[in-house]
Amino acid sequence: MEEQAPRKIMFVNRKAPHGSIYAYEGLEVILIFGAYDQEISAAFLDDAVLSLKKGQDTSEIGTKEFSATFRVLEAYGVENRYVERESLEQRGLTEEDLVMDVDVVDGATLRKYMGEQDVLLPF
Amino acid sequence: MKFGILIQEGPYNHQASDSAYNFIQASLEKGHEITGVFFYNDGVINTTKLMDIPADDRHISKRWSELGAKGIQLIVCVAAAKRRGINPDVLIDNARIDGLGQLSELCIESDRLITFGD
Amino acid sequence: MLHIVNKSPFKYRNLDTCVRVSEKEDPIILIEDGVYAALKGSSIEGLMKKTLEDHPVFAIRADLKARGIDEVMEGVEVCDYSCFVDMVEKHVPYSWL
Repeated sequence: MEEQAPRKIMFVNRKAPHGSIYAYEGLEVILIFGAYDQEISAAFLDDAVLSLKKGQDTSEIGTKEFSATFRVLEAYGVENRYVERESLEQRGLTEEDLVMDVDVVDGATLRKYMGEQDVLLPF
Repeated sequence: MKFGILIQEGPYNHQASDSAYNFIQASLEKGHEITGVFFYNDGVINTTKLMDIPADDRHISKRWSELGAKGIQLIVCVAAAKRRGINPDVLIDNARIDGLGQLSELCIESDRLITFGD
Repeated sequence: MLHIVNKSPFKYRNLDTCVRVSEKEDPIILIEDGVYAALKGSSIEGLMKKTLEDHPVFAIRADLKARGIDEVMEGVEVCDYSCFVDMVEKHVPYSWL
């Protein structure tokens, strides 16, 4: 039987962390998907770029701090990690403010990558 | 075509569950196959049989269970379910609690994966 | 790609981002509170007109009806769930939640 080609699956994250659980539960899904031999990408735009901001400390609100976990994405097989430039700029952030290495891309480039996927998952 | 469905929002609070249901009905009428419905985030609350609904309103969890009886797999994420008090004791018939890997399987075996949420 | 927008454009900027990050000609479907973007004479009519220049825009009939909208702005195509399903068959969907 012919082996199925790997699916191109992209997580398109758009939500801020802490105010709701989507960013955290979204990260849990990304980590699991990394274990399957598919082509996994994670894109961060709109408020999701705030999930990657350095210096988050949730000790006083009592929720789980998970920004450091994004650093393991590469080791978990999530090869493509994109951040949309305009979303960063809108929030006064630069690449240096982020907890992990990413490709900062403009909307047009991200749009091209999104258009190449088999599955787009929003978180 | 094979459609997989991801539901991220709880019932009643948001229209997501109703939209997903309408989408599934229309898909089945057109002869498409639903490879599975995966409940994640507050979406897992769709699958409790403890719902007690006034007679003049739709019974969302019963509706899902009936869809499951038709052979459509209803998969409830175990990690999300545990957080929200959904366990095998309260789970509707024809659904199962399983790992996130099942969502990955759905993405692989479906031609399309469509998400309903907030 | 098929862009699914389910948020009111008066409260959220989802439609703006969707338009920024979408290929010309990609269809956009308005569902749930997203159908409020199709209101005639609203303050976001400018954004919608610009959107309609580059994208076919659809709105779900049942969601419009539920919200008492019997007339949509020019250019928006009213469709039922069956046509929603057809669009998902043709394009990879993304929900701008």
